[in-house]
Amino acid sequence: MTSSILQTAARLLMPLLLLFAMFLLLRGHNQPGGGFVGGLVVASSFVLYSIAFGVAAARRALPVTPSLLLGVGLLVALASGMPGVIDGRPFMSAVWTTFGQGSAAVDVGTPLIFDVGVFLAVIGVVLTIVFTLADTVLTED
Amino acid sequence: MSSAALHIAVILSPFLAIPLVAWAGGRGTVRPVLPALIPASLSAYFTYIFVVVSRSGPFSVTAAWAPALNLSLSFRFDGLSTLFAILIAAVGTLIVVYAAKYLEHHPQAGRFNAALFAFMGSMLGLVLSDNVIALFVFWELTGFTSYLLIGFEHERPEARRAATQALLVTGGGGLALLAAGILMLQAGGTAQLSELAANGPLAAEPTYAGIVFLLLLAAFTKSAQFPFHFWLPNAMQAPTPVSAYLHSATMVKAGVYLVARMTPIAGGTTIWTGTIIGVATITMVVGAIRAMTETDLKRVLAYSTISALGILMLLFGIGTPGAVTAGLVFLLAHACYKGALFLVAGAVEHETGARDVAVLAGLRRAMPATALAAGLAAASMAGVPLFAGFLAKEQFYDSIRLAAAPGAGGGLLLAAAVAASMCLGAAGLIAGVAPFRGRAVPTPASHDAPVALWLGPMILGGAGLVLGLFPALVSAPIAWAGAAVTGTASSVNLVLWHGFTVTLALSAVTLAGSVVLFTYRRHLWRIAWPAAMHTERLYSGTVAGLDALSRRVGPALQSASLRSYVLIVTTSAVALVAIALATARILPPPGRWMSVQVHEGLLAALILAGALSVVFARSAMAAVLSLGVVGYGVAVMYALLGAPDLAMTQFAVETLTVVIFVLVFAKLRGFGDLSSRAVKARDALVATAAGALVTTLVLFVGSSGTTSRLSTYFAEVAPGPGHGTNVVNVILVDFRGFDTLGEATVLVTVAIGVRALLLIGRERRQ
Repeated sequence: MTSSILQTAARLLMPLLLLFAMFLLLRGHNQPGGGFVGGLVVASSFVLYSIAFGVAAARRALPVTPSLLLGVGLLVALASGMPGVIDGRPFMSAVWTTFGQGSAAVDVGTPLIFDVGVFLAVIGVVLTIVFTLADTVLTED
Repeated sequence: MSSAALHIAVILSPFLAIPLVAWAGGRGTVRPVLPALIPASLSAYFTYIFVVVSRSGPFSVTAAWAPALNLSLSFRFDGLSTLFAILIAAVGTLIVVYAAKYLEHHPQAGRFNAALFAFMGSMLGLVLSDNVIALFVFWELTGFTSYLLIGFEHERPEARRAATQALLVTGGGGLALLAAGILMLQAGGTAQLSELAANGPLAAEPTYAGIVFLLLLAAFTKSAQFPFHFWLPNAMQAPTPVSAYLHSATMVKAGVYLVARMTPIAGGTTIWTGTIIGVATITMVVGAIRAMTETDLKRVLAYSTISALGILMLLFGIGTPGAVTAGLVFLLAHACYKGALFLVAGAVEHETGARDVAVLAGLRRAMPATALAAGLAAASMAGVPLFAGFLAKEQFYDSIRLAAAPGAGGGLLLAAAVAASMCLGAAGLIAGVAPFRGRAVPTPASHDAPVALWLGPMILGGAGLVLGLFPALVSAPIAWAGAAVTGTASSVNLVLWHGFTVTLALSAVTLAGSVVLFTYRRHLWRIAWPAAMHTERLYSGTVAGLDALSRRVGPALQSASLRSYVLIVTTSAVALVAIALATARILPPPGRWMSVQVHEGLLAALILAGALSVVFARSAMAAVLSLGVVGYGVAVMYALLGAPDLAMTQFAVETLTVVIFVLVFAKLRGFGDLSSRAVKARDALVATAAGALVTTLVLFVGSSGTTSRLSTYFAEVAPGPGHGTNVVNVILVDFRGFDTLGEATVLVTVAIGVRALLLIGRERRQ
C-alpha cells in the first residue's frame, strides 16, 4: 500500500522532526525535553518513513544499522562517567566547563554527553524492535 | 608508588600474571616452565619479609578499599601468615614446573595455568588478610578456583560432580565465615584481625557461642573434618598437580590456619577446645583407618590427608605453646611428604596409566628416581627416625602427653593418636613403597618419568630428610609463627635426639605397627566400610531434597504465563497497600480529598471509556486504537498537571506502542474469546480493585499537603551544581545518572532479546 499523501507528508515532516529532536535533546537540561524523548522523536520519524516508503527504504535512510546505535549509545553514556573518575571522584560525577562569556556563555558538561548516549541508545532500541518486527511481518505475508 | 601499594601489588601478583601464564601454558619446552619464576620470586620475597618480621616484629600494609563502608584492604605480615605464604609460594613453584610437564601438549594448559595462579593469589590473600571481610572474599575465591581446578576435565561428569560438591560444601562453610566475621565485627567493634586479637578473646560476648559455631563450621568444611570430609576424596578427580597443591599442601590447611588465626580472638574456652578436639580426633582416626583400606593411590593419599588435617586441627585446638609448635612442625613435614607422594602418584599414573596399588609393583627398576623420591617421602610419613615426619610425630605425642587432661580422657586421646599414626604410616608405605617393590608386573613404563616429574617430589622428599637431620634450621621460624597464635614468644628447640623417653617408645611401637599393617595390607583391602560412615549421604540427601523442592515450587511461581504474573503482582500490590491503608488509618475523610476540576473529570471519563472499549473490543485494531486513546488521555492529563516532560515522552511512547501493536497484531490470526466467564469476572474484580485503589491514592496524595524535602532540595541544587533549570532532566542525567545508565542497559538488552527471538522464530518456520 503506497499513499502519495503520506509519502509527501513524510518527506516534509522528516527533516522537521529530526530538527525538533535535536532541539529537544539540546534544550533538555533547561527546558522540557532531553535525550530520551529526543530519541523517541527520531525513532518516530523513521517509523513514519518506514510506513510511507517501506522498511528497506527506512533502513537505507538511516546511515547506520540500529543495533550499532545500541552499543554506541551505551558506550557513550558509560564514557561520560569516566572524566569524573579521572578527576579522582566517584564514577559519573559531573564535570562542567563554560564556553563563551556573558549572555553567550554556554555550559557544557558530561551530563550532556550522557544524554547524547541515552538519545542514541533509545533510537537504537526502538528501531531495532520496529524494523525487525516489520521485517518478520513483511517477509512472511 | 608507596611501599604499601608495592607490597599489595606483590601479594596480588599471581592475579596480575594470569594473562601471561595463560599464554605460556602448553606448547614448547621452556615456555611452560617460565611461569614458575613468579612463585619462585614470591618465595624469596616472603622469606625476606620473614627475616624482617623476625627482627622488627609484625607489620601491616593497608590500602583503601571501600572507604564509605569503612572497609580497607589490609594485609598483615606476622610469623604465621608469612610462614604460610612461603609454603604456598615454594610448593607452588614445584607444582608449576611439574604441571608444565604433566599437562604438556594439553590443549587447555593455558586455562589450567590461569586457574592455578588465580588460586595461588587467593590463597596468599587468605593467609595474609588482616581484614575479616577480605579474609572471607579470599576464602571464597580459593573455593571457587578449586572448583575450576577440580572440574578442569569438565567433559567428565564425575569431575563436574566432584567440583560442584566441593564448591557447595566449602562455599557453605564460607558463608558461615562471613556470618562469623559480621558477629565479630559487631562484638569487637573492628574488622581488623590484629586489633581483635590485641583486644583479647570475645568469650564474654553474648554472641560468642554463635561466633565459635560459625567459625568452626567454616574451618571444618574447608579442612575436610568429619562429617564434611567426603568432598576431599571426591576432589581427586582433579589433575594430580592440583591434588598435591590444593588438596594436600595448601587449601585444605586454610581451615587449620583459620583456627590458628582465631585462637587469640575466639579461642581458649572449653567450648572452643572441646569441640575441636572431639571433631579432630574422630577425623584423625576415621581418615587413617580409611586410608589403609583404599587401593587407589590418590584416594589412599586423600584419606591420609584427612587424617593429617585432623591431627593438625587437634594440635591447634589444644592450643598450648607446645601443641602449636608440634602443629607447625607437623604442617611443614606433612606438606613435604604428602606433596611428594601426590606428585609421585601422578608420575606413576603418567608413565603406567594405572594408580591401583593392588596391581602396581616392581616399578623401582623402571623408575629409579621416582622410586627414590617416593621412598624418602614414605619414610618421613611413616615416622622413620632422621626424617621430619619422625620429629613431627614425637612433638605430636609429647604435646598430647603434656597438655591433655590426665586420666582416662588423656590416655584415650594418646591411644587414638598412636593408632591413627600407625595406620597413617601404613598408608604412607602403601602409597610410597608398594608400587615400587616386589616383582615387576607388565606395564607400559620401561623408562623413568621425565626430570620435571621427579624433581619436585625429590626436592620435597629431600626437604623432609634435611628438616629431620637439621631441625634447628626451622626452630626460629616455628617459634615466630607460634608466637602469632599463642601471643607469647616461646623459644622452640627442635632436636633430633630426645633420649630414651616414653615418646620414643611410642614412636617405635607406631613404626612397628605400621610395618605390620603394611605387610598384611591385602587383608585390610577386603574390609568393607560400614555404610553408616558414608556421611556423603548427608550431602546427596540435602541436594536431592532441594531439587525436589524446586521442582514443586518452581512451576508454581514461574508459570511462564504473562497473564498470571500480572495477576499475581497486581493482586499482591492491591492487597498489601489496602491492608496498610486500612491498618494505619491515615486516609483523610473524603471531604478533604483533592478537588477535581470539570475538564479533569471529563478527561478521566474519556480514559475510562477507552479502557472499557479495549475490554469489549471485537477486533484487534479496535483494541489497539482504544488503548491509544487511554495512553493519549493520560499524556494530556500529565500536561494539564504541569509535567510537560512526562507528557511529551508519553505521547511519543504511545505513538510507537500503537505502531508496534499494529505490527504484532498483523501477525495474529483471529481475535478470539478465550477466557471463561468466571475468569473474566475474576480479572474484572482485580482490575477494578487496582484502579479504585490507585485513584484513591492519587486523590489522597494530591490533598495531603505534605511536600517532600527531596523535591525542594533538587529544585534548589539543580540550577547551581546541576547546571540546569529542568529539574526532571537534571535528575535523570546527573543526580540519578547511574540509575538511568542501568535502565538504558535494560532497554538495550530487551531490544537485543526481541530481535533474537524474532529471528529465531523466523529461522524455525523457514
